[in-house]
Amino acid sequence: MSRRLLFLLPLATLALMAGFFAWSLMAGRDPASIGSVMVGRPAPKLDLRALREGDKPLTDALLRTGKPTIVNFFASWCTPCLAEHPLFTRLAQRDGAVIIGIAWKNKPEEARAWLAKLGDPFLYAGQDFDGRTGIDWGLSGVPETYLIDGNGIVRFHFRGPITEKDVRDTILPFLKGGKP
Amino acid sequence: MKRVLILLLAILFALPALAVDPSEMLKDPALEARAREIGQALRCVVCQNQSIDDSAAEVARDMRRAVRERLTAGDSDAQVFDFMVARYGDYVLLKPPFKLGTLVLWLGAPMLLLIAASAIMLTALRRRATAPLPPLSDEERERLRSLLGR
Amino acid sequence: MIPELGHFALILALAVALVQGTLPLVGAARGDARLMALGSTAALTQALLVVIAFAALTQAYVTSDFSVANVVANSHSAKPLIYKISGVWGNHEGSMLLWALILAVFGAAVALFGANLPDTLRARVLAIQALIGVGFLAFLLFTSNPFERLSPAPADGNGLNPLLQDPGLAFHPPLLYLGYVGFSVTYAFAIAALLEGRVDPAWARWVRPWTLAAWCFLTLGIALGSWWAYYILGWGGFWFWDPVENASLMPWLAGTALLHSAIVVEKRDALKSWTVLLAILAFSLSLLGTFLVRSGVLTSVHAFAQDPARGLYILAFLLTVTGGGLALYAWRAPKLTSSGLFQPVSREGALILNNLLLCTLAATVLLGTLYPLFLDLLTGNKVSVGPPFFNATFVPICAPLFAALCVGPFLGWKRAELWPALQQLRIAFFVSVVAAIVAAVAIDSRSTLAAVAFGFGVWLIAGSLVEFASRLRLGRAPWAESMRRLRATPRAAIGMTISHAALGVVVLGAVATGAWHLEVIQTLKPGEKTRIGGYDITLVRVDNVQGPNYVAERATLDVTTGGRPFTILQPERRLFTVQRRQVAETAIHSDGLRDLYAAMGEGDPNTGWVIRLYLNPLAPWIWLGAALCAFGGFVSLSDRRLRIGAPSRRSAVQAAE
Repeated sequence: MSRRLLFLLPLATLALMAGFFAWSLMAGRDPASIGSVMVGRPAPKLDLRALREGDKPLTDALLRTGKPTIVNFFASWCTPCLAEHPLFTRLAQRDGAVIIGIAWKNKPEEARAWLAKLGDPFLYAGQDFDGRTGIDWGLSGVPETYLIDGNGIVRFHFRGPITEKDVRDTILPFLKGGKP
Repeated sequence: MKRVLILLLAILFALPALAVDPSEMLKDPALEARAREIGQALRCVVCQNQSIDDSAAEVARDMRRAVRERLTAGDSDAQVFDFMVARYGDYVLLKPPFKLGTLVLWLGAPMLLLIAASAIMLTALRRRATAPLPPLSDEERERLRSLLGR
Repeated sequence: MIPELGHFALILALAVALVQGTLPLVGAARGDARLMALGSTAALTQALLVVIAFAALTQAYVTSDFSVANVVANSHSAKPLIYKISGVWGNHEGSMLLWALILAVFGAAVALFGANLPDTLRARVLAIQALIGVGFLAFLLFTSNPFERLSPAPADGNGLNPLLQDPGLAFHPPLLYLGYVGFSVTYAFAIAALLEGRVDPAWARWVRPWTLAAWCFLTLGIALGSWWAYYILGWGGFWFWDPVENASLMPWLAGTALLHSAIVVEKRDALKSWTVLLAILAFSLSLLGTFLVRSGVLTSVHAFAQDPARGLYILAFLLTVTGGGLALYAWRAPKLTSSGLFQPVSREGALILNNLLLCTLAATVLLGTLYPLFLDLLTGNKVSVGPPFFNATFVPICAPLFAALCVGPFLGWKRAELWPALQQLRIAFFVSVVAAIVAAVAIDSRSTLAAVAFGFGVWLIAGSLVEFASRLRLGRAPWAESMRRLRATPRAAIGMTISHAALGVVVLGAVATGAWHLEVIQTLKPGEKTRIGGYDITLVRVDNVQGPNYVAERATLDVTTGGRPFTILQPERRLFTVQRRQVAETAIHSDGLRDLYAAMGEGDPNTGWVIRLYLNPLAPWIWLGAALCAFGGFVSLSDRRLRIGAPSRRSAVQAAE
């Protein structure tokens, strides 16, 4: 009897593996997605020169004001950033969102020109020219957006451009105080 | 035509360098050697299965620089790895950590070997019990030798 | 017109395959000779039809017929002819057509050369082969038709991935597929045997040549892929444990185990259910590899364009073939009886150990490749499994495998004594230990592991040569006697010695290059020089050059040694204009014992260019060794006994040695 079971073992292993494969294919899993370990943890440190001339440098205090804050890493040379930018403009103007923008690996004058042309939704804006802050925030590229609650805890981490759906389902509820 | 060539080559310049370049390397050879070893063990998070040393991506270059900064600041190898894992998760380690979630990964194949080997030995023992091969006695051995003419 | 002809030929081939896949099975069950003979006729017809289809697609590529969608997507009028041809299989649809072609041709080969097989067995094998063909042909016709037309036809194509415009990579797929598809024949033999309910020594003898042929081609295919990665990627590595590489290694490991396991079935009528299982697994792992590459479940630097819909189809196919095979195995294999009894210490025992270790290696690779997927689905956690994992788990298991490899041939069948066998290997052991010590002391005192591995490489070569020498009674018998024995040695034994020693050559090359290479990375301006090993390298100049479909920067490096000119290396960085992709062309000077390897990075006249130089000791031995390994397999294949099929008195006597 147990001998029979031994002979069934390869078939059972196959069934298990195939189950995983089918699950992966049908769930539309993206094998390249890397997840985020930032969610649920205090926001990484912020210690940047201001992007706009005359502004004060950016510090951690900006993340612990008691109000929900959005942190957006962008660059003027990044095409998806162009696509998502109007959404931030709307969030700032219509919904009064506090948005911190960080120009990543971007010459400051080019970033400023880009914002001048497209509109500047950022209450505070910083420059991370050498990418050190990006590493601290677990950044893998631009654009990436972090939702940080009033206590300075990261609630959500978008890798890639945000969409209308993200705004509707996640960002607006977050801004109103609920968990996304 | 020459103009097109130069333009295209300008694009070539704009493309990132391949892997580690001399401007990144540390002056201290011992530290640099450690940086290279750690670099071989960290994954480029935007590439398909490449270490940060082998990748041309911007993030990989930033990570290489961060590794060298940490080493220069006096971190041990383990601390550098922890630094990266704190920011990017276990995903960034090319050698998966040995913890509860990866027990099957690390022990699966050796377990399989043990189970298979035990199964074979049990079958062999069982078969030996039912059909033993008695060894030849000295006399039989002598007869065999003479029969074979050796 | 011609693409339509090809399309039509494919449809006909599918119909013929359906016939071939059903009627001969019925015939074998009923003993109907005519239905069984139909299998052979159908196999030959199917092969002819698929050849026509393949020729039609090739013609479309060669003439740059841009009314065919596949040609537009993957070719360009500016491509050199040889790459137009290799472009036929350098894409998903074309490569599937190549699979179908090789499947059909192998089926025809069984029909032509399998005259000495029993009718029922041959009919069943051809039928199973055809059913597999049905799967591929249906996949082609319903989801991946290479003959789809585009109207209106564009003026030119979108070019091919510049990485594929390279001789190494152009011919790596056909060799791999010859291997994968070759295992389909052994799979068919296994299923046929399970259907017959009988696995006997004769079956093992018939299976062996097909397994050998498939294994040889797969060895060459993997070696070619590895060599390509070495000279194209620009930093001297040759194996990265990338999922697609692993996908080809797993069937190779199973195939090696199968090859050796079949020997026991043939010589001793034992190990039957394991051998049948390995035959099923070897092909299943080939299919798994195909699935992993094309479905998008894993990321890889090599993968074809991902498509989950295609992935589901291939998964269904994999389930049918593997699931069907394993279900049949679970049902029928317990009834297979073995007659050969043996002691643990015997050649059978050694071959069982060999099986065990090779299967463990395959399981390690499988687990490492698939685990990130499983963990992600189950828990959402992401882990990476890269070279450090495999170095920690795969490499240690090779140690007992290599140790036993040389001892096994000294053990007799049925029962043997270990100590006399080890005694005979004294010299080999001594030489290996000396080599390891020399390596540790003279070359690299930091890495004892590398020295030990080096010792294993020497052990493999020395052990194989010692075994061969003892076979010839070299030194113990007169020279004429040894020569007589040499002439009488079966080719299979010569092949074994060559392949086993070649494995040692590969190990030596891999260890030396991996552990003891020299690397110099510097930014040089024209006129500046640097040094690596005993060579002085001067960057003479950097030119802009124009190729047929690319522009490039070319560095000219003057290499001198001891003041005397040695060679000129000209690495390039190519930009392919259509694809806007950048590819490095490395410059390698190889003298058979080491590679002097140069690659260039970015730069400009003001700051200088990044020049990367490597001195890779024994690197050529990796690929020469692999080719030698395959050569040993071909030598074995040429053994007449394998082609006759019936056991002769002589071979029975030699088997008892």
